[in-house]
Amino acid sequence: MTDTTLAAPKPVSPSTQAWRMFRQNHAAVLGLAILLAIIVISLAGPFIYTVAPREMVWMPLTPPGQSEYVLGTDYLGRDLLAGLINGGRVTLAVGFTAALITVAIGITVGALAGFFGGRVDNLLMRVTEFFQVLPNLLFAMVVVMLFGADLLNISIAIGIVSWTSTARLTRAEFMRIREMDFVKAERSIGAANGRLIWKVILPNAAPPLIVVSALSIGTAILFEAGLSFLGLSDPNTTSWGRMIGDNRPYILDSPWGVTFPGLCIFLTVLAISLIGDGMNDAFNPKLRER
Amino acid sequence: MLQGTLNRLVNAAILLVAVLVLNFTLIHIAPGDPVEAIVGEMGGATPEMIAQMRAQYGLDQPFIVQIGTYLGNVLTGDLGMSTYYSRPVTGLIAERIGATLLLVVTALLVALILGTVLGVFSARKRRSVLSHLVTVIALAGFSAPVFWVGIMLILLLSVSIPLLPISGMTSSSADLTGIAHVLDVLHHLVLPALTLATIYLAFYSRLSRASMLEVLGSDYIRTARAKGLPQRMVIYKHALRNAILPVVTFAGLQFGQLISGAVLVETVFAWPGLGTLAFESILRRDTPTLLGILFFSSMMVVVMNLLTDVVYRLVDPRIQAR
Repeated sequence: MTDTTLAAPKPVSPSTQAWRMFRQNHAAVLGLAILLAIIVISLAGPFIYTVAPREMVWMPLTPPGQSEYVLGTDYLGRDLLAGLINGGRVTLAVGFTAALITVAIGITVGALAGFFGGRVDNLLMRVTEFFQVLPNLLFAMVVVMLFGADLLNISIAIGIVSWTSTARLTRAEFMRIREMDFVKAERSIGAANGRLIWKVILPNAAPPLIVVSALSIGTAILFEAGLSFLGLSDPNTTSWGRMIGDNRPYILDSPWGVTFPGLCIFLTVLAISLIGDGMNDAFNPKLRER
Repeated sequence: MLQGTLNRLVNAAILLVAVLVLNFTLIHIAPGDPVEAIVGEMGGATPEMIAQMRAQYGLDQPFIVQIGTYLGNVLTGDLGMSTYYSRPVTGLIAERIGATLLLVVTALLVALILGTVLGVFSARKRRSVLSHLVTVIALAGFSAPVFWVGIMLILLLSVSIPLLPISGMTSSSADLTGIAHVLDVLHHLVLPALTLATIYLAFYSRLSRASMLEVLGSDYIRTARAKGLPQRMVIYKHALRNAILPVVTFAGLQFGQLISGAVLVETVFAWPGLGTLAFESILRRDTPTLLGILFFSSMMVVVMNLLTDVVYRLVDPRIQAR
């Protein structure tokens, strides 16, 4: 039976609303599609395309399309396509892990500073200032060189130099929200500080924090690429940045070994930037005009 | 005013000491030590020689003594000895700093000026092709790894169209002097500076665009328009002066990132600055040199932040009153 009465509009949750806005942003949806494709290829690709990425399979420096290895080979005769497919794993793994560390430190420091204010704020902001002064790449280089270039060390190194802007943003949001009436109401009924920070204020500060968290994955990927370009990556794994670094001396003979991995990094980070912009618009419809 | 300046200087000094303490603690807790690295490089040594080297580098002293000595040494300008060159790190840095400053300052100026111009223009004509182009450039600039951009520019402007030199700071074949030398250096500077500028160009154009849009929407701009000031006057005298404040602040705060970018760009172009030295120090496991560069760069960032503060006061006289 069909419903003849006019249905009242269903109440829509803010996240559904944001998703609807996001869907309307074609660039952001494209970004999401690209990123998902890259993730799927990186995860499933090595099982489907089984050429070993670190073994010599053909004449070195073969251009694309001249052998069964469609993208050609690098200076050691390794298959570039296999390198790209396998290298994506390392790049994405470090990108996500490092972003997680960045966000965890940034939100914790920012939340404590913004919530408690006063001396706590003063001390934490000094620490933040200190990490802002450290030239981030050089410091990460020192950490990786001293402690070894494994995935976790690299992620930690990136995390500890990248959290400051997240912390500042979180702090500003907390300072703004903690003075709002609903927070005061919670406080007046005796809510503990822990509850106020994590359950009351943080969810309300979430939208901008989600955007910077997403963008920090892109930053971390660029950072990892830079480190591995400089040779600071696990020598036993393939990564896009390392492929660029390894093939750089041979660009005159074959530019492909450098061009393809760079394109992969560019596409991945671009996709993440588009998603970040889309989320920003979805959460702040007012800013759209800009 | 004087009090404020003094506070800032003290603050800066504390930050730098903290960098040194962190530096030192890191080496101390890291696995392996420099002597092992040197021994490895030499291809082995007797236990007596190792003990002697430890004493020579002060590694047999307790932690607190070592760190005290280290801080004292740095205060007198001694950043230790390079394990590769067997020369004072301070001297190595002094030789290279000129090249890095030339590159970084050029890139910063190009990015600031061009970025502001693009940002202001696209804020004025929001729906124009150029405005969209600025958005696209900004997005691409944020997403491309700077060292890869450098290599692509080499392939385009040095290999395909041989306009600019691939690497280095001077032509090795010619022994040029005077103006010819300056022109030669500038010729070599174009590509690295352009590469380094791309990321910051993206950043500044976006920032100045957003800032300009915000200012153009404010009441005092409406007032300026309402009283019939010409467009040019409104934009450049009223709006730009206010819109440029966040751009200047970020230019200062981003200086550390600029140095990081310089490490990568210098490596790509074999530009003989601190970045290339840092890269080589990794290959040679020359920890004292890398730490020296880290400290020196931190010092540059601190100085840059102080300078930003001064510029900020010049651009916005209101701040002085506070």
